[in-house]
Amino acid sequence: MPTIVVEVMPKAELLDPQGKAVAGALSRTGHESISGVRVGKRFELTVEGPIDDAVRAEVAALAEHVLSNSVIEDVVGIHYEQSNIELAGEAAEHHDGYDAPAGETH
Amino acid sequence: MRIGVITFPGSLDDRDAQRAVRLAGGEPVALWHGSHDLEGVDALILPGGFSYGDYLRCGAIASLSPIMTEVVEAANKGLPVLGICNGFQMLAEAHLLEGGLIRNDHGSFICRDQVLRVENASTAWTSDFEAGQEIVIPLKNGEGGFIASEETLDRLEGEGRVAFRYVGVNPNGSLRDIAGITNAAGNVVGLMPHPEHAVEPGFGPDTAAAMRSGVDGLGFFTSVIRRTLVEA
Repeated sequence: MPTIVVEVMPKAELLDPQGKAVAGALSRTGHESISGVRVGKRFELTVEGPIDDAVRAEVAALAEHVLSNSVIEDVVGIHYEQSNIELAGEAAEHHDGYDAPAGETH
Repeated sequence: MRIGVITFPGSLDDRDAQRAVRLAGGEPVALWHGSHDLEGVDALILPGGFSYGDYLRCGAIASLSPIMTEVVEAANKGLPVLGICNGFQMLAEAHLLEGGLIRNDHGSFICRDQVLRVENASTAWTSDFEAGQEIVIPLKNGEGGFIASEETLDRLEGEGRVAFRYVGVNPNGSLRDIAGITNAAGNVVGLMPHPEHAVEPGFGPDTAAAMRSGVDGLGFFTSVIRRTLVEA
């Protein structure tokens, strides 16, 4: 089943207390090479049918107005993925020798 | 004077808000988030709590509740609406108020009696105060940091739409010490601290006079009741 991945991050200029807390823990446990951590969100939306332009437009609007709040967050990525099983199935069906890479981004 | 208090899944302070309305002389009307009926109330309160477990973002899922269609429509027509804490977050998510609320800058939940300065005493919910008056009401939140772009902050300040500012301590990293704001018309007000927890002697913040005797929160509710009676 096609999956759409939406990634949302707190705005770069804002303090991210969650990331700061994780960074603090890494520093305490000796990971001095890590100088910063920011924590965001990943949404996986599953759609029944094919991903066409209408679905893309709908997801773009949802990402902007529901999945994120533009006052405090940015949508940093929208990826269209198919599951590995499906990709493997398609490759087998077509018998074209194409080896689908996992999690291909269109 | 009937004041609706909307209960969402995860609301905590809806009963306290109803009690505050009663103590101020109004009639509280319990409303349900899943309905589309405001039951003809004269004003609305969106109470504090953790609606939908604060999933997605604080107040975000509640702002998409069925009843919010009617709330937005009524607010835009001038119905007085007060958002307290989680209710403030809902008003921001519903775009009835500008800005957003993020996790406290120190990363911890905070609960304290908080001094506020009333900056705008001409809103529907603040007219029983005087501009510049300092009040003490409880504050309790994990995500109360008010933020907005510099441009928005300047505009809010310029239009007198900062309703309350933290005094003494900025408890959550809110920009420009902003504790609450109002919309341009003055009928929609949102703030992080809780006026409904300071309405009855014996159950409010400590004052110089006596322990737990603070009732500074009453003014929010008497303001809207007086205003509606005058208009009627």
